[in-house]
Amino acid sequence: MQIEVTVNGERRSADVAPRMLLVHWLREELGLTGTHIGCETSICGACTVHLDGRAIKSCTLFAVQCDGHELTTVEGLANGNQLHPVQTGFWEEHGLQCGYCTPGMIMSAAALLAEHPDPSDQEIRQALEGNLCRCTGYQQIVSAVRHAAGLTSGSR
Amino acid sequence: MVLRPVSIGARIKRREDPRLIRGLGLYTDDLRLHGMLECAFVRSEYAAGRIVKIDSTRALQRRGVVAVYTYDDLRGEVARAPCAARMDETRDVEHPLLADGAVRYLGQPLALVVAQDRYLARDAALDVDVEIEPGPCVVDPLAALEPDTPRVYRSLPDNVNVRIPPEPEALAAVEKAFAEADGTLSLRIVNQRVAPVPLECRAVVADWQEGAQKLTVWISTQVPHQAKQQIAICLGLSELGVRVIAPEVGGGFGCKLPVYAEECLLSWVSRRLRLPVKWAETRTENLMNTTHGRGQLHDVEAAYRRNGELLALRGRIVAEVGAYASYLGGAIPTFTLLMYPGCYRVGACAFELVNVYTNTMATDAYRGAGRPEAAYAIEMVMDELARKLGIDPVELRRRNFIAPDAFPYQTAGGATYDTGEYEAALDKALDRFDYSGARAAQAEARSQGRLVGIGIATFTEICGLGPSSNANPLQRTGTWESAQVRVEPTGNVTIMTGASPHGQGQETAFAQLASDAFGVGIDDVRVVHGDTDVVPHGVGTFGSRGLVVGGTALHMALEKVKAKAAAIAAHLLDTTPDRLRFDGESFSVAGAATDDGAERRMTFREVASAAHLWNVPVPGQEPGLEAVARFEPEGTTFPFGAHLCQVEIDRETGQLEIQRYVAVDDCGNIVNPLLAEGQRLGGIVQGLGQALCEQVVYDETGQLTTATLMDYAVPKATMFPEIELDSTCTPTPLNPLGAKGIGELGTIGSARCLMSAVHDALAPLGVAPVEMPVTTERLWRVLREAGA
Repeated sequence: MQIEVTVNGERRSADVAPRMLLVHWLREELGLTGTHIGCETSICGACTVHLDGRAIKSCTLFAVQCDGHELTTVEGLANGNQLHPVQTGFWEEHGLQCGYCTPGMIMSAAALLAEHPDPSDQEIRQALEGNLCRCTGYQQIVSAVRHAAGLTSGSR
Repeated sequence: MVLRPVSIGARIKRREDPRLIRGLGLYTDDLRLHGMLECAFVRSEYAAGRIVKIDSTRALQRRGVVAVYTYDDLRGEVARAPCAARMDETRDVEHPLLADGAVRYLGQPLALVVAQDRYLARDAALDVDVEIEPGPCVVDPLAALEPDTPRVYRSLPDNVNVRIPPEPEALAAVEKAFAEADGTLSLRIVNQRVAPVPLECRAVVADWQEGAQKLTVWISTQVPHQAKQQIAICLGLSELGVRVIAPEVGGGFGCKLPVYAEECLLSWVSRRLRLPVKWAETRTENLMNTTHGRGQLHDVEAAYRRNGELLALRGRIVAEVGAYASYLGGAIPTFTLLMYPGCYRVGACAFELVNVYTNTMATDAYRGAGRPEAAYAIEMVMDELARKLGIDPVELRRRNFIAPDAFPYQTAGGATYDTGEYEAALDKALDRFDYSGARAAQAEARSQGRLVGIGIATFTEICGLGPSSNANPLQRTGTWESAQVRVEPTGNVTIMTGASPHGQGQETAFAQLASDAFGVGIDDVRVVHGDTDVVPHGVGTFGSRGLVVGGTALHMALEKVKAKAAAIAAHLLDTTPDRLRFDGESFSVAGAATDDGAERRMTFREVASAAHLWNVPVPGQEPGLEAVARFEPEGTTFPFGAHLCQVEIDRETGQLEIQRYVAVDDCGNIVNPLLAEGQRLGGIVQGLGQALCEQVVYDETGQLTTATLMDYAVPKATMFPEIELDSTCTPTPLNPLGAKGIGELGTIGSARCLMSAVHDALAPLGVAPVEMPVTTERLWRVLREAGA
């Protein structure tokens, strides 16, 4: 099927098989391998991307469902060399170890902060409940998101 | 020479992160080679049975399918799957790369499909017609030891993988202690089987180059050098023709320590087809066929004096090996034997260990690997003894701790502890927790009928395994680690480490060591790892050994380089090395100045340049500035900790809330506190996961009911409060860094600490100690039965 999708600000036309999962299309057709596959069942969140600004899990969405929509992946989050505040927060607060859950975590956290610029720790934990991390125990991830919230409010 | 610490001990943020936070890390499944084919496995749908037929006709008819392989294709071509821990040669069984006639566990690979893309490969795998005549299976390890039970291997007399009886002297000492004791305590203690669940599943890309006669294999592994050796052996290749690369590795936790059948098989297929092939495990395959952890059942008896002194321990440990002995799986429970006495003066200890085959996936290392099981058991003994004697559990521990001046201390478990200050760590934790205040508040809550519990765990573990005299010849490596330091002509530094990381942060911590050694900036150091063609032969990252063994090897290599740099500098400054001073950046001649008052000095970078330019040759030296070192530990290190937590269980619903968690850990000297905290926090939550929600469940027919992350509960962010960290520092004399290891410590203490709190919370109900995992449902049932 023919689709037209804006990915990281760039208009992409493609002929994709109807059953092609979005995550496979991003990774294997577009080479955007920052979006990871962790469970294939929408539980772990490693594949989280933004669809029209909302965080969604790309392992259980068909690429064709994105026809006419806008996608942002972790590769499109930074503004050139200027990291997104959530990326900065993860770096500053050691919010990652093996890095595999990180792109999805960052996309979910960025979506949270877009809606709630100053969340409580509990709100951060709740917002990240759909993203699993096996390395950090989440605490430094919470610190990372808090750090990012501080950066965002500081720039306003 | 004076070392001026600049970055050691500093909270330096990670150099790995810029690529990872932008999605630019390269994991195995991210690789795309020209002409690469994708693989999918056909796996057994039964836990036990006889293969009647495997017919790949339909699969091969599908367009884009290149090949389907079964065991018949492998016959005579490959050896068994790698296994370095053959505990009892008479009970050793071969695990074939693909099933040979019989299937013995759910998901055992039957056939491999190779196709042009992964969708096709998976479609074609469904087209392979498999007929299996199901046979009787045994899943429960105790049932497996019964006389008339189904046998996993007909060639063996029973389901025992190894039976290790206690030493006769130990048994005699234990019997004497039991005879003299004031009382005894019996417990059955279960450590349920869990799944490691790294967020990145396993993945392999194999690429045979026919021209070069060379195989390159990218594997998500903790041990690239061991994988290289084992793949070469399995395929009958020279190791010169095998290169293994561990690119970015998305977590391991022990389950990427085994060298797997799939890794050998993909290598064979690539060589056969002369094309690159990839296999990326699905999560269901990961939960079903990546090694599990824990799975131990202890029957333990403790002998004690009325004053609470623990005299002796005896009993039996039944450990689940699974359907075959994985790479190191059979050896893991021996660490439980070794660490059983924990941080206490237990006079005598005698256990029988029975490793049992069942029709389930194999077990192997999982964060802590045998030590969490020991810590769980001895700490539960302490808690139950305290309850029985009416002594506060803190006080009981104080009465039994090994005293700080007793080290090195030989335990009844057979270990020699290096150093320990157990009471100091406990005191710090109690203070932070306000233990007496918390007990008073608990009494108040209990008087209102609330179920509040306070948990405690004081524990030690074994890290940095050595010496290599204990190494297993089948593993083809000792317990040392390698490091190479190569100073470039500019003075920038390339480090190569055999301790290939999977999230630990070696690229940062090891650069800190080099930065301080030579006075170069951290960003002028590059840490290379995980490529067997580039990195000197090494061992890998597991058992909390990265810094302790790998870091020490690096330290030694840095010292060698520094000594050579000093010799060069001395010659150029017209002095002798013993008169040189190194201030962390420059060599200068002690007490000597030029006529204009300036010191005679050379920076490290100037020395590096001179070492390569060599226009002024240095007698007795070669040009260049580099060194390789290997650290062979002469003994093991024993980090320790004291954890406290408070929980409340809702009487109506069984809902458990962790209200506080305080962890005081001691891993000796720390290179980067930020990374050490990350290891501790992650480790603690991983142990809490086992206590709270994780369990691999097979039904009686060997079907796995926890085969997706919808069924296997990995802990989530909402389940935990902010964990409070504090530390003490008791360095080890066994390595020049004074580091003890930190990767597994949190996990070893936390599962028991939480369960200690749960048992304490339920104590007023008089119920038997509830087992892990304490899901809401399990607690609700306990509360209903207790009539709460």
